[in-house]
Amino acid sequence: MDSAKRLSLSEAVSRFVQDGDAVAMGCAQETLIPFAAGHEMIRRQKKDLTLIGPISDILFDQLVGAGCVTEIRAAWIGNVITGSAYHFRRAVEEKTLRIKDHSNLTLAMALKAGAMGVPFMPTRTALGSDLYQTNPDLKTLSCPFSGVPVTAVAALTPDVAVVHVQRADIFGNSHVWGNLGVTREACLASRHVILTAEEIVDTTVITGDPNRVVVPGFRVSAVVHAPWGGHPSPVPGYYNRDHQAFIDYRNCSKTPEGFRAWRKEWVDPVDDGRAYAEILGNARRESLAITHRRPSVPVDYGY
Amino acid sequence: MKTKDAFETTASGYTLLHLMVTAAAREVFDHETVFVGMRLPLLGFLLAKSTHAPHAVGVYELGVVRDTVSPEPILTMGDLPNLSGASWLADTIDMMGLLQKGLVDVSFIGGAQVDRFGNLNTSYIGGFRSPVTRLPGSGGACDLACLAQRHIIVMTHEKRRFKEKVDYITSPGYGEGPGWREGVGLPRGGPSAVITTLGVLRFDPDSKEMMLVSVHPGVSAETVQSHTGWHLKTARNLAQTPPPTREELTVIRRFDPGGYWTGTEKSPGEKALGVF
Repeated sequence: MDSAKRLSLSEAVSRFVQDGDAVAMGCAQETLIPFAAGHEMIRRQKKDLTLIGPISDILFDQLVGAGCVTEIRAAWIGNVITGSAYHFRRAVEEKTLRIKDHSNLTLAMALKAGAMGVPFMPTRTALGSDLYQTNPDLKTLSCPFSGVPVTAVAALTPDVAVVHVQRADIFGNSHVWGNLGVTREACLASRHVILTAEEIVDTTVITGDPNRVVVPGFRVSAVVHAPWGGHPSPVPGYYNRDHQAFIDYRNCSKTPEGFRAWRKEWVDPVDDGRAYAEILGNARRESLAITHRRPSVPVDYGY
Repeated sequence: MKTKDAFETTASGYTLLHLMVTAAAREVFDHETVFVGMRLPLLGFLLAKSTHAPHAVGVYELGVVRDTVSPEPILTMGDLPNLSGASWLADTIDMMGLLQKGLVDVSFIGGAQVDRFGNLNTSYIGGFRSPVTRLPGSGGACDLACLAQRHIIVMTHEKRRFKEKVDYITSPGYGEGPGWREGVGLPRGGPSAVITTLGVLRFDPDSKEMMLVSVHPGVSAETVQSHTGWHLKTARNLAQTPPPTREELTVIRRFDPGGYWTGTEKSPGEKALGVF
């Protein structure tokens, strides 16, 4: 068995997210977004990060607002239920942020290439689009067999993928369920993987259902116990999406003053040793609780 | 007609957004595989499934396939009721594989700018070199526009959005006209309808140019033209968009009980179109 990889959130981010790193986050799109880890990057004042993800439902905007980001490679940066992400928008308009525009499929292919150890992957999307104008990682190629045009997408190999999961053991083995987005590809493409987990469980829980693992423990660098670490995004089996938090963030993030107030309420207090769950409060946690339980029927891996 | 008026509840008890959701739903046929997008199309799919297309299958880009409606109202595709009891929870690459192989019949996308050939911009207003406004970007929209058998565009009808030429092509329509998609190597597809705040437009099979086929109640063809940045062709037998039936309205209200997307008398649902 590998040695234990359990770290505090602060240790994991300090050790495995360096200034200038390319960081993949929000890989499951709307669910399981690693907000706790992103907020720790804000508190540690990480600099010059390149953020990679398919869509970002406000997390990338928060890191841009905090001055942590110089480049984004993504398909969509906004707030899913309200529209624009204001810091992202301002930063692109003021040319303080570089962007390489992907579609969800080209980003998935870029990470797949990184995961497979090949220099690029072909796809039939994006042909004729202007994504080519704003992303040098896309080139048109003729299929060597049929001659049809395809889009070649250059491999992406992030320095670190940060992924929120339901449960993990201290060695980096984990279970994640729900929709997965590009979680699998991002973990396998990245040099390091940081897992934040709702629960830390015994290894036998994980090995009892190995089909539910998307990245093997030996590829994981750090495991962090982070209850409510995906809030306000939903975590299947744990809590529902906090729509009001996304609406509140939209309103706050319209101005720099509003953003500072948001940060003071949700990000900074954790540095003073307050647990995020405590900041969230009992009533809010209860309002997000899973009310319709639907456990799966166990499968048998016996021999 | 100002856009603001378009969101107000009409005397007949439905909002313009109810009408648009209904029009979107009617683009789905039974037994089709539908790639469901954000906002209004989410409701359009639930409405179609609950009425005339009970066997339609929904594919959601974040990695969900389901052949039933979600057991409770949802605001977005990642809401847990939309995952619970799904037919398949998997990877984005799996969803995109279905699409790329040609197995998705119809998809829905929104847009901030569109031109006469249905090319869509959701990335940069004012061009990418010096953008006046940066919009969220493609998401899966470019993929849907490139690879679905057909796609439906849902957007606000304003002159600044219906432009002779879009500032950036996020999601290709018919490019520069007939033969363009084949020429750049796109395997199939193209937009089949544009559902706007003023009417419904389709594409001429020969010229691939957008054509007004239906106006919403109270809207004239002249109004539509005055909100369009090019000379708009009109179908000879211009129709009026049929209003939602009582059953359709009941279903929409069941899935959008607070009117978050479709609006209420007190709170117009302008979020639904992603008006930037």
